[in-house]
Amino acid sequence: MEKLIYEHLDEVTALVLFGVGFTLLLVDKNLIKKIIGFSMMDSGIYLFLASYGYIESRLAPIYVNGNTNPDAYVNPLPAGLVLTGIVVGVSVTAVMLGLTVRLYQRYRTLDMDEIAERIRGEGK
Amino acid sequence: MTMTWWQNLPLFLILCPLMCAAICSALKGKAARIVIAALSALECAGMGVLLYYTAKGNESFVYAMGEIGAPFGNELRIGPLEALTGLGFSLVLFTAILGGWHRLTKDVAPNRMNLYGSVTCLLTSAMAAMVFTNDLFTAYVFIEISTIASCALIGASNKGKTLFSAARYMIMNLMGSGLFLLGLSMLYCLTGHLLFPQLGAAVRDLLEGERYSIPLYMSFLLMTLGVAIKSALYPFHTWLPDAYGNATATSSAVLSSMVSKLYIFLLIKIFLRAAGWEVFARRIEDVLLLYAAAGMVMGSVHAIRQKHLTRMVAYSSVAQIGYIFLGISLGTEAGMAAAVYHILAHSAAKAMLFLSANRLREASGDEDTFAALRGSALRAPLAGLAFTVGACSLVGIPGLGGFTSKLYLASAGVEAGGLRMAIVLAALAVSTLLNVAYMLRSVLTIYRKKEETDQSILCKDRLFAVA
Repeated sequence: MEKLIYEHLDEVTALVLFGVGFTLLLVDKNLIKKIIGFSMMDSGIYLFLASYGYIESRLAPIYVNGNTNPDAYVNPLPAGLVLTGIVVGVSVTAVMLGLTVRLYQRYRTLDMDEIAERIRGEGK
Repeated sequence: MTMTWWQNLPLFLILCPLMCAAICSALKGKAARIVIAALSALECAGMGVLLYYTAKGNESFVYAMGEIGAPFGNELRIGPLEALTGLGFSLVLFTAILGGWHRLTKDVAPNRMNLYGSVTCLLTSAMAAMVFTNDLFTAYVFIEISTIASCALIGASNKGKTLFSAARYMIMNLMGSGLFLLGLSMLYCLTGHLLFPQLGAAVRDLLEGERYSIPLYMSFLLMTLGVAIKSALYPFHTWLPDAYGNATATSSAVLSSMVSKLYIFLLIKIFLRAAGWEVFARRIEDVLLLYAAAGMVMGSVHAIRQKHLTRMVAYSSVAQIGYIFLGISLGTEAGMAAAVYHILAHSAAKAMLFLSANRLREASGDEDTFAALRGSALRAPLAGLAFTVGACSLVGIPGLGGFTSKLYLASAGVEAGGLRMAIVLAALAVSTLLNVAYMLRSVLTIYRKKEETDQSILCKDRLFAVA
């Protein structure tokens, strides 16, 4: 078991990050902490993808010094996926933060339960 | 490879809304609204042309972006199934924009109208892309685009309630897409492919060699779970009633009949083209079947208990999503066909219900409790008729869409046999009964005259009886 963890340290770290982030997003009441959780969850997945894209002793997929052997380079696709994922994650975080600012301006709290309570009060 | 002109349409249908989104943000509110109406009409026309040509030869074609070939490039794949679903969704979009036109001006501030148009365009583009794409990661990117766009649609009216429901919608959806992305990454690491046909071949290879079967099941399970959360399958439905019930009419119609169904359609595509669902030895399907059956019953039970019309319609969505997942979970071709048919039938019926409920509400002084809605169909006869037709379709009156899809579901269930058949038929029967209960109640309510007159008539009758 220990050996397995050491050999796959990247994946284990990635999944722990994902788990922590997912739990924060699900359980925590604070909106900002939820957003932090989302970022952690996404980072976990990026680490997972990036660690698969990295092969030791291979070069970044940029053509240098006339080396045309494809085995000398890593596959550029995982890095591309991570980049796209980061862009998506940033825009989602921006939208979430925007919503949080609006909600905070209106209700002066970041606690989801309390906001729900105040909305119920508003309705009466 | 020679291409005919209509084979370029799919890319156009994806890119044109994106361009319109940019244009809309610079326009004035009124012009933006006209742009989105025109755009959705254009989408309908494009999808119609695609459906005509693909169905004529009953063939599908692959559009390789930038003419980069299979394992490296990005592809779109269009067959009759994709064209038909796309046409259904664009028709719903068109109806929703026209039907909620009046309401939109009331709920959305005039200086924000152009942004509303802009996100609607983004959503249209995401719809076309998710229907056509042949690539898993492209699908993920457009899932996120549609999540952001639908969050903006819910929060458009800028009231405290809608902002809060938008935040809740976003949080649940982020969990869903997080799980989907994790499943996708695992699948990519296992197979090294993202395009559906190559992915499918790699998955079959792995399964035949009995290698990595547990991670493979896990990755598909994660993706299914992600889609289930995002489309509000029963235990994950908590975000749905607030989001649909509080948003403006166009938004709730679009969200309930297009966005949530899009994710399910994507899942069907994944199972159909990439996973080869009969290989799965019914591991995912049995869990799905139970959730779906629970959703069909519990969604209806919740719907009965609602006091507001829009919230009742929203809860009935939970039950209907259950129907669709029931079809998928049978894991047979007949079940899949029933699921796709129900996606289309329910899209049409649900959009109609939300829009007519909105009209009825307007005719009753902007209140949508059942007490206020009494007799509203007499005040707005067309909306009343539309509501009745939609309700009958959901209940499954013969001759309407809902009946046919229930028939397909039942026959697919019978074909599956055994315990599955029992569960399917029992869930269908109970759910239909409950449907009748709440739909009939609302239809009767909207056609009944105000309470006071009601009772006075009753009193007169009694007097006559006594006399």
